[in-house]
Amino acid sequence: MAMTMEKAQVTLPSDREVQVTRSFKAARPLVYRAYTESALVQRWLLGPPGWSMPVCEMDVRVGGRYRWRWRNDKDGSEFGFAGTFREVTPPSRLVHTETYDPGTVGDVHPQSEALVSVTFMEQSGITTVTTLIDFGSKEARDAAVATGMTDGMEQSYQLLERVLSDRT
Amino acid sequence: MHPQTSDRLDATFLALADPTRRAILARLARGEASVTELAEPFAISQPAISKHLKMLERAGLITVGQDAQRRPRRLEAKPLAEAAAWLTRYRASWEASFQRLDDVLEDLQRETSASKRARRRAKR
Repeated sequence: MAMTMEKAQVTLPSDREVQVTRSFKAARPLVYRAYTESALVQRWLLGPPGWSMPVCEMDVRVGGRYRWRWRNDKDGSEFGFAGTFREVTPPSRLVHTETYDPGTVGDVHPQSEALVSVTFMEQSGITTVTTLIDFGSKEARDAAVATGMTDGMEQSYQLLERVLSDRT
Repeated sequence: MHPQTSDRLDATFLALADPTRRAILARLARGEASVTELAEPFAISQPAISKHLKMLERAGLITVGQDAQRRPRRLEAKPLAEAAAWLTRYRASWEASFQRLDDVLEDLQRETSASKRARRRAKR
């Protein structure tokens, strides 16, 4: 497995926003590629464990659309996100809208549109990616966060198991 | 997540956003203290400290002890633990994706250097 530079940092800059920061041991153009080429995105943006990403369409240019869809390997249920690119500045910045697509999973998020700004900064071969998600309202953020919480719980238990088994 | 939990999380994060309030919590982590004792290390007025304490109290991060005269403030660990747990879980869900991205980037780097080597070989 690749060496982890730094664990993801999560902060809440305002009532409506969540910010996630993570550093990667790679040059900025490579990280930008991994965020914008659908074949690469499909390899890492897999969602919760037990889900695959059968749809990953991205037309990365201002006004271009993208569509991401995840499928549960066990029961076949699906959900996704879709939106439009607002700003495309390789290799430093991407801004896109994000709307939840309830698929067959159902309406767990409010239907409001979020604005996602991804900034790539490189220093001595380390690229730091900052993702700022503006949910538009406190209610929308809290609902999204609540969903992330249940997904994340499952993953953190798996991580914990891995950490524990590594120690033996 | 229950809406009440979510509101409490907001109050907790808002309360934690201020360095003076974080310092007060750090002091209370060592044991209960009166308002006067809490104000001592800070270069701000007692009313200003009281304002911070009120906010911490509203967030459920501190409570007021039984002693009617001293009215000692006490740290309440539960909301802090909830906030920490939320951040840990949310971070873990992102971190799982980012670790896969680490692997993708390692592959890309290998491909890039392999094609550079191939180009150098072709030149010779």
